[in-house]
Amino acid sequence: MKVSCPHMGHLHWMLDDLFERLGVDYVKPPPTTTKTLTIGAKHSPEFACLPLKINVGNFVEALELGADTLIMAGGHGPCRFGYYGIVEERILRDLGYDFKFIMLEPFDDGKWAFYKTFESLSPGLSIRKLWKTLKASFSKGRAFDEIYKRSLQVRAYEVNRGDTTRALKEAEQVLVPAYTPEEIEEGARESLAIIDAVDQDLDREVLKVGIVGEFFLLLEPFSNFGLEEILGPMGVYIERSVWVTDWIAPNRDNKIYGFPKQLVEEKAAPYLSHNVGGEGRETIGSIVLMAERGFDGIIQLLPFGCMPENIATSIIPKVQREHDIPVLTLAFDEQTGRAGLVTRVEAFVDLLVARRGSKLALAGAATATDAATKQPSLSKI
Amino acid sequence: MDIPAKTGYLGIDVGSVSTNLVILDEHASVLAAIYRRTQGQPIKAVQEGLKELVALLEDQEIEVRSVGTTGSARHLTGIIVGADVVKNEITAHAVAASQVVPDVNTVLEIGGQDSKLIILRDGVVTDFAMNSVCAAGTGSFLDHQSARVGIPIEDFGSYAVRSESPAHIAGRCSVFAESDMIHKQQVGVAVEDIIYGLCHALVRNYLNNLSKGKELMAPVVFQGGVAANAGMKRAFEDALGMEIVIPTHHNVMGAIGSAILAMEMELEPGETSFKGFDVSGLVYDTSTFGCNGCSNTCEVVRIKVEGKTLARWGGRCGKWENEDAPRGRKRERASVGA
Repeated sequence: MKVSCPHMGHLHWMLDDLFERLGVDYVKPPPTTTKTLTIGAKHSPEFACLPLKINVGNFVEALELGADTLIMAGGHGPCRFGYYGIVEERILRDLGYDFKFIMLEPFDDGKWAFYKTFESLSPGLSIRKLWKTLKASFSKGRAFDEIYKRSLQVRAYEVNRGDTTRALKEAEQVLVPAYTPEEIEEGARESLAIIDAVDQDLDREVLKVGIVGEFFLLLEPFSNFGLEEILGPMGVYIERSVWVTDWIAPNRDNKIYGFPKQLVEEKAAPYLSHNVGGEGRETIGSIVLMAERGFDGIIQLLPFGCMPENIATSIIPKVQREHDIPVLTLAFDEQTGRAGLVTRVEAFVDLLVARRGSKLALAGAATATDAATKQPSLSKI
Repeated sequence: MDIPAKTGYLGIDVGSVSTNLVILDEHASVLAAIYRRTQGQPIKAVQEGLKELVALLEDQEIEVRSVGTTGSARHLTGIIVGADVVKNEITAHAVAASQVVPDVNTVLEIGGQDSKLIILRDGVVTDFAMNSVCAAGTGSFLDHQSARVGIPIEDFGSYAVRSESPAHIAGRCSVFAESDMIHKQQVGVAVEDIIYGLCHALVRNYLNNLSKGKELMAPVVFQGGVAANAGMKRAFEDALGMEIVIPTHHNVMGAIGSAILAMEMELEPGETSFKGFDVSGLVYDTSTFGCNGCSNTCEVVRIKVEGKTLARWGGRCGKWENEDAPRGRKRERASVGA
């Protein structure tokens, strides 16, 4: 049995660990590229959102590598996501592939079914062993989340462009072999130290931007054109509201984000008091939370046509007014171009700089021409 | 007696449809302005534009103190001419508008393939929106329709203002708007009313797409190529119930903005990176290749001048930009967002 699962940012590191512990042969889909999306978009319904198209592309590429068992997360609620596994299976069968398809429904929707799903992958697996395994893999997943989170902050201060990204790659490799709880703990410390060791100019004045929105767009850098790596070198310190392990975790602590769901929901309550599916409510709550914490601005990401985020988008103007915080909404689909994104993000950063009313020592060269560009005065704008 | 050379600031805006160049004097007044079609050849458009600019200035001696570029080809143009500041068009347009109308609160800008709405308060941009996903209602569409009804785009506006009862045109989608217009023609609606109806549809579409929840306060400045269309001005005035200001140089505001940004750098004479007007005579060659440095396989653009690599850019990590960065004197680097 060769098992595969679609990509979602750095989730694959945790799956590596999980499947190794379960003794399952894991076929990691090739990294998501434009080719993946082209395959996915070709075979998916046009009106389906970007994540589904990328999932389908990942599945096709994994099947081509010999995967015979595909796992897709399920779910329930007003968002289409819970339905995607079913649609994806249908698409792949219509394409003539032969495989076993497993929908992994959330733990809270049935503990026994959840256990049986894993037991079918790893026959003879006891509940106790599954629990221990998940706990260990989760702690490793959290360690990965932590280094990514730290990199978003360090990148704003890096002296040499690209150093943080290079350090991140190195840190990942330190964590990969960690297996026992002690090794994971040690690896977490060591990998964070690698990120912290990046040459930084801590006197630099940076902008603080929060990234909120639909989970897949936040977690998968391919889907947002590596937005964080575009913003970071402009001298933007980033926090985001969704992390891989927070999103998967059955509890509601948001350990990586640092703010439990209950608090986020309370912050959203004056504007949106009930769940509208996806991260609609969390988006509103996080904007309020980040505004209160003194962020300069917020960027909301959503796949084009995303219902929960569209609800949030229509509420945002009111939140923006009452909390005096600029919000840039960016919708993505397979037609989205990088140039248009960069233009909007650049203009948004200009806006934030002007609001600060100061000349930020924005550093790093994000474009070719920057080599020949000096710091302009920002007095006018 | 030698007449000392005048100080000038060059701004270049290379967009999808038009390429605009301006030279400002030190009081930000326009000394010369060029508006020409890009026609899918940004390098050639810039080179020809520079030649036209020289011709327009005739015997005036101009010492270019600094240069700014903007528009979708801002990076490419910046490399060719040697720009001191490379800025996105949203910022450039806002800067230009607040120069012309210092207390401006709202900027409507409709260009060839994009439309922008910029909200300012006390001279500072506080919010903006730019069309995404859909480009119905931009200049290209008007261009196309004028060709179809056989009325030159320059005269489109004068037809629109003659209309007394605009036809209702479905403006959500360009293609459907077109079929609706054909239908209206076939049932005998006057061409003036159709054209003005189209202006209304475009304004409706613009406001629906961009103004979502934003407060549009006077003074409102309308700029970009489409502002030349008197019908669009009238339709905006109808829809917003307020007077719309159209600056004299409405079609080159992006270039004016980038020239002002260049001026604000306050460079000393000779400090500019400007390569001179002679670049219009050089042969440039652009190509792309896939970088194999990692699994992202980014598409990297390479530009050569007279066979020598001038610059490479486009990857996510900045590796190629870094490699081509000038050695020796370490310059204070500004980011794209700076």
